[in-house]
Parts: sequence; structure tokens; C-alpha cells
Amino acid sequence: MLTRAYQHSLNGSHLPDGEPLLEVDAVSLRFGGVKALTDISFTVTQGHVHAIIGPNGAGKSSMLNCISGIYHPQEGEIRLHTAAADGTRTLSTLTKLPPHRIARLRVARSFQNIELFSHLTVLENLMLGRHIHMNHSVLASMLWFGPARRQEIQHRQLVEEVIDLLQLQAYRSKPVGALAYGIQKRVELGRALCIQPALLLLDEPMAGMNAEEKEDMARYILDVHELAGVTVVLIEHDMNVVMDISDRVSVLDFGRLIADGTPDEVKADPAVIEAYLGSEEEDADVREAVEHMQRLTEEESRG
Amino acid sequence: MTATGIHHRSYVSELRLRATRAEYVRLALMGVLLVVVPFVLDNYWMSIANTILIAVIGAVGLNILVGYTGQISLGQGGFLAVGAYTSVILSDRMGLPTPLSIAFAVVFTAVIGTFFGLPGLRLKGLYLAIATLASQQIIEFLIRRDIGDFLTGGLGYINVERFSFLGFQVGGRDVFERQWYVILAILAILAVMAGRNLFRTGLGRSFMAVRDQDIAAEAIGVNLTRAKLTAFAVSSGFVGLAGALTAHYSEVVSWEKFTLEVSILYLAMIIVGGLGSIAGSVYGAIFMTLLPVVIRNVANALDSVVPFLGDQLPAVQNATFGLVIILFLIIEPRGLNRLWERIKEFFRFWPFRY
Repeated sequence: MLTRAYQHSLNGSHLPDGEPLLEVDAVSLRFGGVKALTDISFTVTQGHVHAIIGPNGAGKSSMLNCISGIYHPQEGEIRLHTAAADGTRTLSTLTKLPPHRIARLRVARSFQNIELFSHLTVLENLMLGRHIHMNHSVLASMLWFGPARRQEIQHRQLVEEVIDLLQLQAYRSKPVGALAYGIQKRVELGRALCIQPALLLLDEPMAGMNAEEKEDMARYILDVHELAGVTVVLIEHDMNVVMDISDRVSVLDFGRLIADGTPDEVKADPAVIEAYLGSEEEDADVREAVEHMQRLTEEESRG
Repeated sequence: MTATGIHHRSYVSELRLRATRAEYVRLALMGVLLVVVPFVLDNYWMSIANTILIAVIGAVGLNILVGYTGQISLGQGGFLAVGAYTSVILSDRMGLPTPLSIAFAVVFTAVIGTFFGLPGLRLKGLYLAIATLASQQIIEFLIRRDIGDFLTGGLGYINVERFSFLGFQVGGRDVFERQWYVILAILAILAVMAGRNLFRTGLGRSFMAVRDQDIAAEAIGVNLTRAKLTAFAVSSGFVGLAGALTAHYSEVVSWEKFTLEVSILYLAMIIVGGLGSIAGSVYGAIFMTLLPVVIRNVANALDSVVPFLGDQLPAVQNATFGLVIILFLIIEPRGLNRLWERIKEFFRFWPFRY
């Protein structure tokens, strides 16, 4: 649970830990003749850090885009379990909804290439994360009256808690476009957190970072997960990070799910090892090709 | 500004638009200026002041759409026309009280603007600009052709009755400009305040989110369709108000006042003033309205030395107009507002550079 300093729960899901939260069921996605995803099924459990890994072009980001509604798969379904505070359950089919409706179901995400509102300040970006919780008329807004004004103050409190959690105090009123890359990544995490997500999707939150920045980011993700209890799905390339922080790992290769299990199971899976390191035969092929090239260059230099 | 910055103690205080005494002093000075203007200017300059006030309302409206929501629009002239014709037909032909007819004109222009904003759901940038150009051409065509003589009764223009409201009527030559000044100044101040408030709240922020990153905006729950159409509606509402006021103030409505040139003039205002800035809209409206006047006065003053300037006045005005826009795009693309901020920073940091 959160410490006393934080008054708002950042976890938007009322499901008990260990129950299925998100079900990806036989999803296939095509772009014309290109099969980005083929028959993918896995389940994300409430309370887990669930990693999706795979070589470049394996379809990891496409998978995330299907969950958040940016892509609509041709086949299969993605279902989200939600529970209200009083315990009533609903099951929503995400594959039929537009992105803003999925956000209203408290599925929040970050992007691989930072997609912040670059002309706005950190504070404004985070306040935009509260968008689904705000509701006022055009007139109230233009008159700075009633709900419009009240909500600015009310939602600021949760935003400030996120700022504290992610240690963004120093950048509060800076335009995000001018901030360092690592900070921008953190602001993007913060913006997603402000939704009070039931499910947090992070697309390569540590891409392009050095070891220290990665460590910091991993710590923030763990804080979000352990202190706030938010379920996280993340895409990551760094194996050490993935194996350290995730409860479950799904491995994609060429748009297919080749393994799905605990980090230890996945690490030992021969299909995974082949996808990442290549098979013995391929190695032999590569070696042969390299030697051939070397011979050619030697002959050329000899004239 | 204190030496170490501004230290807020509550969210309420931070949400205020002004925090330092200097800012309140500046506001008071502007208030004094607005009050003094009608006492020192003659009728000619008062008419220019009134034109500026109307332009301020229109420019704020356009900036909401173009500068804040990122939807380029070349349809400003058409929407001004919708406001002008609607209000005049309602007040003079249907006998509605003028303020009520202006209010209806605002709502109706918002509706029309929303309709012509529909292409914005699919198009971005230059493609949207071309689509809004179509709206300009369609509206201009309709009012120019005036099929069935519904609008002008075959005259090609409408003479508008003198503005009156609850027994009060704007007076003759000697007080006309000054009375209008009071009406327009109040409305312009309200428009500026409404624009400023809009972008302190969640709704206005969602407009800016659409401008900066529409995919991310959707991912945090902004309904793009709704946000874009609301922006078109709000913006067109302001523009409709400006159009209706133009009609009642100038007391004649004809299509020549609402051509594509007007659309471009308004775009120039917000570019020169500063895209995405309410203050910039005001600066831009003042600058672009005064520019031709200043050029004319300079040309007249130099008549004995360079008679060419006076002889070719319209050409010189157009050329200067273009030159000014180019210079702004090169030197300070963020407009007069940014220039003003830089001047303030210079003095704040003096004797240091930054």
C-alpha cells in the first residue's frame, strides 16, 4: 500500500490480485499482405509485471497498439476485466473500441518514441493525464467558473503526488520539449499514471538509456507496481531488466507467440534461445559466408 | 518578480493569471489606456480603434482554432460573413432586438463552423487548409450570388439600421465612434478573458494536446472528434461575433468585406502576433490594422521627397504587408508576443545575458 504521504491510490483496478485482467484471445493483425501478428493468445494477471519481449520487428509494439485501440486486429478479441468499487464485474471487448474509450476504461500507455505534448509544461502534460476524470462545459471553462475552476485545484492534488513519486518537482513548470530524454520518458510514465490506470502499458520505457538511467527507471516502475499496485505490461529489450522485474514473460518472434511463462521458464525455452541467439545451423551458415567474403577481399587485394 | 522567483503557497494562488505587482500595474495601465483613448483621439483615429477592437475578437477566435488546436483555417472570411448576415437579417428583417440577434448569430456561426470543421476529422495541415479554403469559397459564392435575392433583395448589399438596444440608440457623427468604442471595448475584453480562461482549464488543454500529439491525446482519453469540433465551434462563435459587430458598426453588409483576403489578413494577424497566444492575437490585431494606416501617413509625409510612395500607395501597402510577414517568419516566428517576452527577460536578467 502507499505510504501516508500519498492520499490517492494510483491503481484504477478493483480486481483482487491473481485474477485475469486482460485476455488476448487468438489475435491476428495484417497490414495488407504483411502479417504483423498471427494467432496470439496470452493472459495478463492482476498485480503482475508482464513483459513482452522479442527481436526487432517481432510485433511487440503492434501488440500494444492493438490493446490500446490504435490498431484493430482483423481476427481475435482482446478483453478487459473491470471491477467497480462495489465489486460488480464487467467484461469489455477492447478490439471494438476507439482509443479514447479504452483510456476511459483506465488502460494507460506510454510510447516507444516519446509522444508528449511538447509545447506544454510538465504540469500541463500530467494534468492532461487527468482528462478522463474531468468534465465541465465550454461556458464554465470560458468563465473560469464552477466545475472548471474547482477541478483544476482538485486534480492538481493527485498530479502533485505523481510528481513526488517520480521526482519531477524540479521540472514542474518547464516545457517538456526542452527536457532531457530520460526526464521526458519519466514524464510520459507520469502522464499515464495520472489516469489512475487499471492496466499500464509501457512501450520500451528504457530504450536509449544508459545503465544508471535504466536502473532509475526500473526503480520507478517497481515503485508504481509495488507501492501503488498497478498492473504493468512492458516491452523491453534489456534481458537483465526483464528477468529482474517481471512476473511473467511473453516472447514474440515474427508475429507469433513462441513462449509464455515465468522468466525462468522462458530463459530455458529452446525456441526463445534460438530466436535470440540463432541456431547452430544458422551460425554455421554465417561463418561460411564471412569466410567466403574474406577470401574474396584477399584475392582482390592481391590483384 | 522577486529576486528568487515567485513562491506560491496554494494551488489557488498559482492558478491566478497574475502573480506579481508589476503584472497588476501593467493591467491597471492598460485599463487606464482603454479609458483615456476616447478622450484624446479624434473621430478618424477612434474608427481605427474600433476596427482594432473587432479584429481582436476575430483574431482571438482564429487563434483558438489555428494556434491552439493546430487546425489551419482559411475560412475566416466566410464565417465573418455568416455572423454578419445572420445578425442583420434577424435584427433588421425579423425585428429581433439587436443584442439578441448578435447572440443568435454567434450560435449560428458556431454551428456552420462545426459543419465546415468536419473535414478536420480526417485531414491535417495543408490538406485541411485547402478544405477550409473550400468553405470560404462556398460561403463567398453563396452570398455573392445571393440566389433568389434572399439576402440583399437584389441590391448586392444591405443597409443596416443604427444599433439600438432597450431604447438606447447610438448617436450621430459626434458621438457615434465613442459610443461604439464603449460597446466594442467591453466585448473585446470579454472575448480576451474568455479565451484566456479557456486555456487555463482541462478543455483548452485538450485542444493543445490535439495540436501537439493527436495519437497521444487519444491514448489519454481525449475524444478527437469532439475536441476538434468543439474547437471549430468555439472559434467560429468568436468569429461570428466579430462579423456581426462589423455589420452593425459599419452599417452596411456586402460580400467584399468577407473575401479570402480577409481570411489571410486574420491569419497574418495571429502569425505576426503569436500563434497559440491570446495576448499575441491582440498584438497582431493592433499591428496589422495599424500597419496600412502608418504606411499611408509615412507616404504622405514623404510625398515631396519620394512621390512614388503616395502614387502607388496600394502597391506599397501590399508589398510592405508581405515584407512584414516574411520578416516575422524569419526573425521571430513566435510573433510579437514572444518578442515582448524577450524584452521583459532582457530587463529582468540585466546586466546578465541570461
